[in-house]
Amino acid sequence: MRRSIPLVAAALGLSLTLTACSSDSDDTTTTPAPTTPAANESSEAPAGGELTIWVDETRAPAVEAAAVAFEEETGSTVTLVQKNFEDIRADFVTQVPTGEGPDITVGQHDWIGELTANAVVAPLELGEKAGAFEPVAVDAFTYDGQVYGLPYAVESVALIRNTELAPEAPATWDEMVEMGTEAGTEYPTLIQVGEKGDPYTMYPLQTSFGANVFTQAEDGSYTTELALGGENGTAFAQWLSEQAEAGVIDDAVTYDVAVASFAEGKSPFIIGGPWMLESFEDMKLAIDPIPSAGSNPAAPFSGVAGFYVSAQSDQQLLATDFLVNFMATEEAQLALYEAGDRTPALSAAAEAAASDPIAAGFRAAAETAVPMPAIPEMAAVWNFWGVTELEIINGGDPVELWEKMVTDIQGELEK
Amino acid sequence: MSTPQQPAPAPAVAVEPGKLPPRLSHARDFRPGFLVKLIAMAVVNALGVYVAIAGFGQQQYTIAWVMVALLVLVDYVYFSRRTLPLKYLVPGLVFLFVYQIFSIGYTGYVALTNYGDGHNGSKAAAVDFLLAQNERRIEGSASYPLSVVRSDDGALGLAIVDGDTVRVGSAEEPLSEADDATVADGKITALPDWELLPRQELYANSDAITKLRVPFSDDPEEGSIRTQDGSVGYVYLPTFEYDEEADTLVDTVNGVTYFPADDGYFRSADGTTLPTGWRVFVGFENFADAFADDRYSEPFFKVLVWTFVFSIASVIITFLVGLFFAVVLNDPRVRGRKVIRSLLILPYAFPAFMAFLLWRGMLNEKNGFINQVLLGGAEINWLGDPWLAKLVVLGVQLWVGFPYMFLITTGALQSIPGDVIEAAKIDGAGAMRIWRSITGPLLLIAVAPLLISSFAFNFNNFNIIEMLTGGGPRFGDASVPIGHTDILITMVYSISGLDGGASKNYGLASALSIMIFVIVATISVISFKKTRSLEEIN
Repeated sequence: MRRSIPLVAAALGLSLTLTACSSDSDDTTTTPAPTTPAANESSEAPAGGELTIWVDETRAPAVEAAAVAFEEETGSTVTLVQKNFEDIRADFVTQVPTGEGPDITVGQHDWIGELTANAVVAPLELGEKAGAFEPVAVDAFTYDGQVYGLPYAVESVALIRNTELAPEAPATWDEMVEMGTEAGTEYPTLIQVGEKGDPYTMYPLQTSFGANVFTQAEDGSYTTELALGGENGTAFAQWLSEQAEAGVIDDAVTYDVAVASFAEGKSPFIIGGPWMLESFEDMKLAIDPIPSAGSNPAAPFSGVAGFYVSAQSDQQLLATDFLVNFMATEEAQLALYEAGDRTPALSAAAEAAASDPIAAGFRAAAETAVPMPAIPEMAAVWNFWGVTELEIINGGDPVELWEKMVTDIQGELEK
Repeated sequence: MSTPQQPAPAPAVAVEPGKLPPRLSHARDFRPGFLVKLIAMAVVNALGVYVAIAGFGQQQYTIAWVMVALLVLVDYVYFSRRTLPLKYLVPGLVFLFVYQIFSIGYTGYVALTNYGDGHNGSKAAAVDFLLAQNERRIEGSASYPLSVVRSDDGALGLAIVDGDTVRVGSAEEPLSEADDATVADGKITALPDWELLPRQELYANSDAITKLRVPFSDDPEEGSIRTQDGSVGYVYLPTFEYDEEADTLVDTVNGVTYFPADDGYFRSADGTTLPTGWRVFVGFENFADAFADDRYSEPFFKVLVWTFVFSIASVIITFLVGLFFAVVLNDPRVRGRKVIRSLLILPYAFPAFMAFLLWRGMLNEKNGFINQVLLGGAEINWLGDPWLAKLVVLGVQLWVGFPYMFLITTGALQSIPGDVIEAAKIDGAGAMRIWRSITGPLLLIAVAPLLISSFAFNFNNFNIIEMLTGGGPRFGDASVPIGHTDILITMVYSISGLDGGASKNYGLASALSIMIFVIVATISVISFKKTRSLEEIN
């Protein structure tokens, strides 16, 4: 436990060194996809190229299925490297320039700003395939006129309702709180806050007051002009403060508490995404759009998950071939849907998945959704945003805090 | 894990007992000892050669050459007769170099660069990226089924199916119609004068093919055909050009020229900056930023004060509590000493960061065990109030840290010879007097260095802050994501964006951690000098 002085002082430096120098072997398990008989037979011919793909645990089996088909078809070798999803973004940025990175990685669309600023991602031409995707999915992966990834799933938060406790869908937030109170459960509704605030989950309620984060240009792309200040913003801040005072929104409700409470039937409602569903097996659920708290419809953020190709990959042909011709298929996208419950980005697969009422509900709830901004400045915005909401929930002066947040974010954007 | 940077002092003279026969050269004598040495050195060499080869293979020349140099040094030392003292010192020195000097040196190097978001890699990578980013598919242009072909002289070309015709060309020759081509199912199956590249070769030439641009026609405005997957081609028009001689990027659409600036960005004359930059040396700018930017410097001093309070207070309270239990349980009249001692050490045996997370859960305002069960449903915001949060941090640190102090003081107390104390008793000293003049000073000699290292450890005790409070609650008035319980190291972690809360700045992070190192090192050196005066009691 006690360490020598220089060792401790150098700890940060050391960890930087390790990040910079280490290959992916230290914290990951490498699972080469099973070699196909075809690849074994033609062992004398030059290998058809090697592809390294970073995936996280949930997606690994689905990608592996596509990889096996790809290996059979092309005679190439695909190596899947399983990593923690939280580590992928930073590791991709640090490892690609050293040449140690993968050829393909899974990722979220809002990484684009950071990935392009750091020159680690390559444009991907979807060609005719672009039209087969849900428009929001391709838009989300478009940055400065170029598409940078192959989308496979669209996700956003919705209102998950326990139909045994609340048979009808509420139209407004107040109606929902009323229904929740009548149900006599411990919480009228559940919305996660956590120790750093949760502006992502709160966003639909904020937009229902008309306070979007940035103004959007006509084509739907974000400008860097802040829109969360002004009257609409402070109206939301005041509403948030009132809800916290009334005990409806509570910072002690973390993600874990929210999910566990809903699963135990302690509330008829929870605001959350498809990633929660595996905790609610065997419950009778219905998915509705999030009820508006203000005068506008509640528009959640949509996050689009997809695959990026490394800018330093020496197998761009193979990587593009794999993504455009093997991952953009209904089969592969449905396999990914089965693995993670997120609505597929390929329209045909999304329709196939929509035969399930839950998936259809999420798809309908996402109709008002807007893509999460991908500009690199978002990192700073998230930070101030969450903490300010948390302070308001904890009883701070809503207007003052909100206005200070807008000034701080503005300062960060201009830095 | 104490002081690995101090290699064990080597015996001044070889410890060979005089009974052995006259000395033979190690190299020419095949005693069992020599064989053992040979095997050990073979393993070391195998490992080193492997690392060096891997280093060259990955173009990591620094690592590879350093490895080669180390191998040569180690082999010389262990097979030469003249280097007896070095035989004892070399392992320590090598570890000192690899684990300390290298990492400190690397941190120093990073601190002098602007490595971080936007300055992630080499300039070449940035230029490549900007060119790719600004090569646009011509709007509304068709996509063409495509085959990669090779001419007799080995030049790569692209052949496309354009309606009913097949057109083929290479980097020098624009696309032209090819007669007598065979097309089946929209795929070219045969082409006179050109060889269709089989799939295996396609992948082997991946780089050349993705870089290949075949002009669509004689008119450069019509763009060029390229392929990303080897089977479909699109028409692209570059909107940026890189002038290698002038080292400038030119936007061909509006004619703006971007020049490379000192801060690692391409910038035009009117100040427009391209968002993708590269890593450059910035000298001591990062060090200056830490103080000159008042967004950092204001909270910095609050954080500095709390860091000192936290690290000094944790040493004192854990030591006092540990000492108390050690003294009490050192008395033979206490029954069940072994059981109590084992119980007291339990928190030490429990992984510290698990303990932090557990405490964090137990201290939750509404659902925590402490509020719910121990305080009967009180809603005390332990982690949300600035003063309570600080108390909590110290309290948890006490829980985690006192068993260590208890262990070392117990050991030190037991090593104080009983006859000294007996002699004092005979001289008529009372319990307090014995404690003040004999037990206390003797104890301090043994534990003072450990207290100092404990201070240095707590100065950078990242785990407890990050896991327990995350630095919170935030300063209400600061414009940076720093809170009341942040210590310097967690502050560095947040403001340099390593926690994902801001854009990453490894340069600033390294500069700040070097400053922390200087603070800790200075204090430790002074304290160690002071403790030497304690030893003079003997």
